[in-house]
Amino acid sequence: MSEVRTASSGTDAGPPPALELVETSRVFTRRGGLFRKAGTPVRAVDGVSLTIHPGETLGLVGESGSGKSTLGRLALRLVEPSGGRLLVDGRDVTDLPKAEMQAMRRDIQMVFQDPYGSLDPRVTIGQSIGEPLKVHGLWDPTDSPQKVAGVMSLVGLDPSHADRYPHQFSGGQRQRIGIARALTLDPKILVLDEPVSALDVSIQAQIINLLQRIQRERGLSYLFIAHDLAVVRHVSHRIAVMYLGKLVELASRDTLYRRPLHPYTVSLLAAVPIADLRMRKRRRTSVAMGEIGSATSVPPGCRFHPRCYRARLVASGGGVPTERSGDALLPRACLMEEPALRACGGGTDQVACHFPETPESRSEVAAAVLQDIGHPPIRPIPLQSA
Amino acid sequence: MANPNLSVAPPPPVAPVPAPRPVALELRDLTTVFPGDDGPITVIDGISLAVRDGGTLAVVGESGSGKSMTFLSALGLVASPGRVQRGEVRIGGAEILGRTPEQLRRLRGAVVSMIFQDPLTALNPVFTIGEQIVEVLRAHSGLGRAAARARAVELLARVQIPDPSRRIDDYPHQLSGGQRQRVLIAMAIALSPKVLIADEPTTALDVTVQAQILDLLADLQAETGMALVLITHDLGLVARYADDVAVMYAGRLVEVGSIEEVFSAPRHPYTRALFRSIPRLDGPVDEELPAIEGQPPNVARLPPGCAFEPRCTLGHGRADCCTKRPLPLAGDRAGHRSACFHADRLDQMEAAR
Ligand SMILES: Nc1ncnc2c1ncn2[C@@H]1O[C@H](COP(=O)(O)OP(=O)(O)OP(=O)(O)O)[C@@H](O)[C@H]1O
Ligand SMILES: Nc1ncnc2c1ncn2[C@@H]1O[C@H](COP(=O)(O)OP(=O)(O)O)[C@@H](O)[C@H]1O
Ligand code: SF4
Ligand code: SF4
Ligand SMILES: [Mg+2]
Ligand SMILES: [Mg+2]
Repeated sequence: MSEVRTASSGTDAGPPPALELVETSRVFTRRGGLFRKAGTPVRAVDGVSLTIHPGETLGLVGESGSGKSTLGRLALRLVEPSGGRLLVDGRDVTDLPKAEMQAMRRDIQMVFQDPYGSLDPRVTIGQSIGEPLKVHGLWDPTDSPQKVAGVMSLVGLDPSHADRYPHQFSGGQRQRIGIARALTLDPKILVLDEPVSALDVSIQAQIINLLQRIQRERGLSYLFIAHDLAVVRHVSHRIAVMYLGKLVELASRDTLYRRPLHPYTVSLLAAVPIADLRMRKRRRTSVAMGEIGSATSVPPGCRFHPRCYRARLVASGGGVPTERSGDALLPRACLMEEPALRACGGGTDQVACHFPETPESRSEVAAAVLQDIGHPPIRPIPLQSA
Repeated sequence: MANPNLSVAPPPPVAPVPAPRPVALELRDLTTVFPGDDGPITVIDGISLAVRDGGTLAVVGESGSGKSMTFLSALGLVASPGRVQRGEVRIGGAEILGRTPEQLRRLRGAVVSMIFQDPLTALNPVFTIGEQIVEVLRAHSGLGRAAARARAVELLARVQIPDPSRRIDDYPHQLSGGQRQRVLIAMAIALSPKVLIADEPTTALDVTVQAQILDLLADLQAETGMALVLITHDLGLVARYADDVAVMYAGRLVEVGSIEEVFSAPRHPYTRALFRSIPRLDGPVDEELPAIEGQPPNVARLPPGCAFEPRCTLGHGRADCCTKRPLPLAGDRAGHRSACFHADRLDQMEAAR
């Protein structure tokens, strides 16, 4: 295998990325079941490379089952990678022994989706929030209670409630407890797995504001996993779009929502319900695309091809070699070659598609979707030929 | 070449002020209580609502505001020790509150059906989906086993389950979440009800699947004139699918109106705050979200005045808001209604802050 190239190993000055994944994979081998063949491997995460810089929020979106949570857990080695490297703060921690990895988790902590399930009902919230200090052997009876009170105030909880139990708190407060607990060790990185999805809309905004304030004050890096594209847009500097274990687009916030390049990104944007009356009067483009494929049998070629509107448009437009697949006519490239994630548009934006929706070649579908979401393109970006 | 994956949806029909259609479901002053430590707790309080044939009423509000309980009460499904304390429920003009459990059971499914909030627990894991649909059909109609099975296949095709004659023998766990939800819809529409109540039918689903399911329900309405009650907290879905909107807070209705009225000029501070707190695809990104501060209310301990007063930026601390309880919104009047004392002055009050 060739030598792994990482952003951290570059000679550029400046701090290394807070977190870096290089060609990271995770294959699960399922036990056989009544209706499932034993041992069908699931490539939940399939060769993903990404970096998160200090103070940056990287949003991670994709349909359910696309591998977002597995990727988040890989970042902490809560699940072990099947391949690839993991670097925290420039340091390769892929092969770190378990005990040292545990120490490494002072720098990288996780907040879970379910504010109900992730707290022990028999333990006071003060103990829960202080527990990471004990686990890391850092508990100090004189200083630590103050530390706990400090993070409680930081997340907007009353420190005098430290001796209460989780059931005495509302969903939004429990999510604050989860965040406080993740902050006790002063980590540099938080992996937030759907941190607001289980909350009421009125409480979502409070938690989003809280996370952004903590980031400003402490310079934390976030991996923010969510399926709500409007929430992700609000919090993220850059966004990664994941489909069946692979990143299909990685772009800065403004370009992702103004000039989405991947047909899957366009399809996701087309499905977002928009709380705006104009949407009733105007035609809304809908891209009917069926359901997400199965991670156990990833389609050959481009894994999105069974659902891709763009491939069908390109094939019917002529000028490219085509082939039949079922009752669809598709470009041969989409059926045969897996597109690599590559730079497109000159900047740092990357896309994995043979026929990306560049401004010059944008389909009427993508144009209509952009109209609908209220972000008409502002300026064309040149396509970097592959 | 026709592209089967691609469709540009026609604009939803904009009705040119039609003659009002008959009311399919009407609730008046519906009130349900549960026993509590300090006397009965009123979990829904004086709810009056109506939905017309072919129309869609969206019910929005935060978790615990009483959305599900309102319609469980209407259908006689409140679990003991809770009970409906007072009110009227009319379906197609006929009063149904006070009917026997057996009469209500026959009504459910055939005249009014409900899709429950949790799709994973609503199907029985030990029976195939076909057996479960056939059971519904045979319980309410005289269909024989073979005819019921044929109809079940039709229904699965109707809700776009691929390869329905084979999938009918699948068990629930063999289907994806979206497919299970569509099976529940197939069961709910099996007997062509006049009214369908869908309780957060897509909350647990991906946006891609969500759009398919709601488009399917809208098609059914256009075909059969079914009335739809859509319980949701997703204002995007409300904007796209609803004709009328009811906003609930702490077991009470706080605002009712047509979608145009409620979206273009909300008349209750809670509705206004809710709209503002939601991140939008085209909203500003470098500012704090205008969150609604404070916690959702505990219905066992509501303040004596307006239930929203502790969190209301306009009314907090005002003498009238703190002491006077807003009247329930009357059910017999159409038009845009708000429970706020200051509904006519909200713009001026906001400008003055
Ligand atoms: N078995 C019960 N005993 C006591 N109170 C109950 C019971 N079931 C529901 N309630 C109360 O009734 C009120 C309304 O509940 P309901 O489930 O209808 O709200 P909802 O708005 O649909 O909430 P969600 O979106 O969380 O389902 C809540 O205050 C709830 O606590
Ligand atoms: N422990 C596990 N064993 C087997 N398969 C798993 C396991 N964890 C996740 N998967 C599978 O990996 C894929 C991605 O899962 P996940 O990361 O949880 O998706 P998401 O968070 O995007 O919903 C899914 O197909 C899921 O079923
Ligand atoms: S490579 Fe082909 S099938 Fe894949 S997303 Fe691009 S156009 Fe669609
Ligand atoms: S009545 Fe007063 S407290 Fe209640 S919503 Fe209106 S202004 Fe706010
Ligand atoms: Mg997940
Ligand atoms: Mg509910």
